[in-house]
Amino acid sequence: MELTFVPLYAVLVSLAAVPFILLSSGKPNLREFWTILAGVVKFLLVLTLIPAALEGRTIELTLFEIAPNLPIELRADPFGVYFAIVASGLWIFTSFYSIGYMRGHKEKKQTRYFASFAICLSSTIGIAFSGNLLTFLIFYEMLTIATYPLVIHSENKEAIRAGRKYLAYTLTAGLLLIAAVGITYSLTGTLSFQPGGIFGDVELSNTMAVSLFLLYLGGVGVKAGIMPIHSWLPSAMAAPTPVSALLHAVAVVKSGVFGIIRVVHYVFGPEVMGNFGLNDILMVIAGVTIIVASLLAFAQDNLKRRLAYSTVGHLSYIVLGAAMVTPLGLTGSIMHISAHATMKITLFFCAGAIMVNLHKKNISDLNGIATVMPWTMGAFVIGSMGLAGLPPINGFVSKWFLGAGVLEGDMMLPLIILIISGLLNVGYFFPIIHRAYFKKGGKELEGHTEASPFMVVPIVITATASVIFGLFPDLFFHFFELASGIAETVFNTL
Amino acid sequence: MIGSDIPALIPITFLAFAVLIPLLGLWKRHLSYYWAVLGATIATGFSALGFYNYISGSETIRYFFGGWEPPVGIEFVYDGLSGFIVLVINTIALFVLIHSRLIGKREFPGKVTGYYSVAMLLMLGFNGMVLTGDLFNLYVFLEISSLASYALIGIGEKRAPYAAFRYLIIGTVGGSLYLLGVGFLYTVTGTLNIIDMAAMLPEVIGNSAIITALALMVAGIGIKAALFPLHGWLPDSYSYASSTSSALIAPIGTKVAAYVLLRVVLYLFGVDIIDSAIPITDIIGILAGIGILYGSVMAIAQSDLKRMLAYSSVSQIGYIIMGISLANPFGFIGAVLHVLNHALMKACLFLVSGNLRLKEGHTDITKFDDSYRKKYPWTMVAFTTAALSMVGLPPLAGFFSKWYLALGTIENSNWLLLSVILISSLLNAVYFFRILEKVYLRDPESTDEKTGIISSLTTNEVKPSMLWTTSIIAFGILAVGLLNAFIVSAIVTMFPAGL
Amino acid sequence: MVDFVLGHYAYWFTIILLAIGLYGMLIKDNLVKKTIGLSIFQTGVILFFVSIASKWGATVPVKSDEFPVTEVANYMNPLPHTLMLTAIVVGVATLGVAFALLITIYNRYETLNEQELLEKIQ
Repeated sequence: MELTFVPLYAVLVSLAAVPFILLSSGKPNLREFWTILAGVVKFLLVLTLIPAALEGRTIELTLFEIAPNLPIELRADPFGVYFAIVASGLWIFTSFYSIGYMRGHKEKKQTRYFASFAICLSSTIGIAFSGNLLTFLIFYEMLTIATYPLVIHSENKEAIRAGRKYLAYTLTAGLLLIAAVGITYSLTGTLSFQPGGIFGDVELSNTMAVSLFLLYLGGVGVKAGIMPIHSWLPSAMAAPTPVSALLHAVAVVKSGVFGIIRVVHYVFGPEVMGNFGLNDILMVIAGVTIIVASLLAFAQDNLKRRLAYSTVGHLSYIVLGAAMVTPLGLTGSIMHISAHATMKITLFFCAGAIMVNLHKKNISDLNGIATVMPWTMGAFVIGSMGLAGLPPINGFVSKWFLGAGVLEGDMMLPLIILIISGLLNVGYFFPIIHRAYFKKGGKELEGHTEASPFMVVPIVITATASVIFGLFPDLFFHFFELASGIAETVFNTL
Repeated sequence: MIGSDIPALIPITFLAFAVLIPLLGLWKRHLSYYWAVLGATIATGFSALGFYNYISGSETIRYFFGGWEPPVGIEFVYDGLSGFIVLVINTIALFVLIHSRLIGKREFPGKVTGYYSVAMLLMLGFNGMVLTGDLFNLYVFLEISSLASYALIGIGEKRAPYAAFRYLIIGTVGGSLYLLGVGFLYTVTGTLNIIDMAAMLPEVIGNSAIITALALMVAGIGIKAALFPLHGWLPDSYSYASSTSSALIAPIGTKVAAYVLLRVVLYLFGVDIIDSAIPITDIIGILAGIGILYGSVMAIAQSDLKRMLAYSSVSQIGYIIMGISLANPFGFIGAVLHVLNHALMKACLFLVSGNLRLKEGHTDITKFDDSYRKKYPWTMVAFTTAALSMVGLPPLAGFFSKWYLALGTIENSNWLLLSVILISSLLNAVYFFRILEKVYLRDPESTDEKTGIISSLTTNEVKPSMLWTTSIIAFGILAVGLLNAFIVSAIVTMFPAGL
Repeated sequence: MVDFVLGHYAYWFTIILLAIGLYGMLIKDNLVKKTIGLSIFQTGVILFFVSIASKWGATVPVKSDEFPVTEVANYMNPLPHTLMLTAIVVGVATLGVAFALLITIYNRYETLNEQELLEKIQ
């Protein structure tokens, strides 16, 4: 089968849905049909790329030159396919869930919402399949702009403030990225992603290497939520819950960590990272972020904000794995992308379901809700315990490889960080479960039942998926095989 | 063959219509608009034909007036660069003129005949400045365009004549300084022809008269190009002039001056001479950098859309001049590409402000709200496109000129100017998102809860002639962004020697 | 030193004229006086051109038996003078536009004093 154009179609399909979504703005059912259709088609397209990715093949497609010697280039390498599977797969669930949530909440301007959502997904798949830094940059900026209408969706003061903050952070990041990409171009004369890096023959001075790396880190790190540039993420909780789920689990922050792995392993490469001590910089930042974010999560009473800080922490797991610069560490890091995605999306869906169904936002109000919403809270338990790293949930698998990566690299500090943060995860999730199951609920719970099936079904599916992929990491999508294959190609080229 | 006469035909078309319009105006005054549009169309056609010839491989055309060969006679030089600039400015002028019909009826009724005649003179001046190969001839065209723009700016709001008068004083000083510089060059080389003089200059480099001349010419052109700190005339002139005048002069006027600066710095003197004489490129670069930041900050402080755009022009012209000052290939591409991009973006933005002023009677940003989105959906789409391009978001045009300018600064290891480019993009984002936020988000009170439709308002777009010109230019911003590889590969053929 | 000053006297006059012109434009409150300053400034530039073309002992560039000149160097350079004819025309046109604007300003604000004008504009 001819696969050359599949990545392009995968990028364009949700973009093509936008006009249909806009035109059917008066007919909600038709409009949502387009969203779901685009989602399913996109997912199927991405799935067809898996066999090639498993063989380690890379499908390249040069579209046209956007600047001399700088083509818009789509390249579906295994890592890109991996990210695309996660993003496009979870989009379908998010769409279903959005329908339930938006209608349940009687949100305004749903057409704009679904249209922006579709553009977001196109940009995310574009990021996944970007063959070079310039293409990456273009989709990265598109994602920034397409997410803005989602963040400010509720149009109240808080949302607008969050939107400004979001733009301030991400636009600055985009500019740093432009600078970094420009410098890379003038140093190496190429911008394409190569496993093992493109700086092979270039003589770098120490200052240049470190400042270039920091520029990249500022550029992609904002979306990855590394400290101290994470604070837009908790603020962006003002958005509707499906948006938070999208931001946190599917598209935006994952694009950030995806970018970091691309930069570390495909632009700088393990060798350069090691020569200039860049991995140490990254590791310290990631370690601090993990610990501080986990501690801050304790202080949040708002459920979504607690989840937000949890996200900040877990993103840095992925960054930490990348910073180890060992094959097993990278494997764990990549696997945590999908693991965290399924678990965190479950948790956000749960938070949204609770909010729509019971109108509760704060953890202190959650007493006894497990009796009313058994399915939702059951899923919540799975998701939170998975994030804490308990088997047999997929969070355990990725953490296992992260731990193995630490041992492989013979490093003590990251191991300690992993252990402490696992405990902290248990610490900040347990009170929620405790309240929900073991405390008696108030009278206001009477008469309420489980949330709408539009929301509950996706929740149950994503939670089940977390368990299934914990038990069988290679089922369906071959997550493990892909991840270890990616690690192999990156480190073989040394 | 018409091809070899194109350098002369373009300005002559404008000259002919500048004379024809008042004469025909005696017969039927309201037809002036159509004559002006016709003139601009013909000139744009010639420009397009000429540039097409250039792309398909024709040589530089040197047109000798009256058959007198230089250095005795005056010549017009139609090479890639001048052809490109001529095409850009004439196309923009054509769209602005098409757009101007209703604005003319509203803002300068009864003066249309004179107005369009002067507008033709303005374009004659600009085209002459771009095409001429003679330094003194350039001064004459500079003054023609300046005098025309004083007149066009004077036709406007109540305060316009005073703004125009101030511009006249400052602008004439600029022209005189330029002329003085030409005098110094003439005393040393004995010629006024640019190509001739460029060949002689390397022999006399180090002569203090040359350095004086360079300084005087840069200062004189700097005034016309609104190079910081010589920009003082610009904000008042642009904000009090009639919408059409601002839309005509703002995207084109300062660009042409920047083009002259480019010719003088990179073609006439050449990079080597300039670097060996005085660090004029560094000085220009720093001034441009300060101007970029100053213009952006001042733009944030404005509450009137037109005034904000005027300060934004100060900032954007800084990009072009910065690109010239970098004196490397990337900087050159960035500067030339930004001439095109900024002309498109500023034209689009000023046309939008013209639309709003026609409909709402004001351009006060503090009064913008959600209803604008409903009343003028397409105008606002055009505005959004141009604004995002100004911020420099890919794949819109503005991103690419910034990209090349950034590469140029990196090539020179000029980290200061690189950070200026980046910071100013952020400042652009501040002043444009401030408006976008108002237009798309503010005041949802009149919104119907269920449908999200503002029920009391209906679409009240401007007339097609205005809407289409605005939209086409907005679409052009996207198209130039996507097609910039073709444009850049054309620009690459225009490099001056020594780059 | 004295030779330098005296030898360049034409330049000094140009500079003095330019300075007077600038003074008029910057310091004077009356807009008409500013315009006069502008005119003086332009005249300075014109005189500069005229002076660079002149030579001691050279003659008008007309070929005639009454002025037999064997060497080309003994003619004066006619080009700057002709250029200045154009520059003078430009100057006149500038003055015309300036006065047109001043008349409009006077009709609207009934003053040509810059301070009063600025107060009325506020």
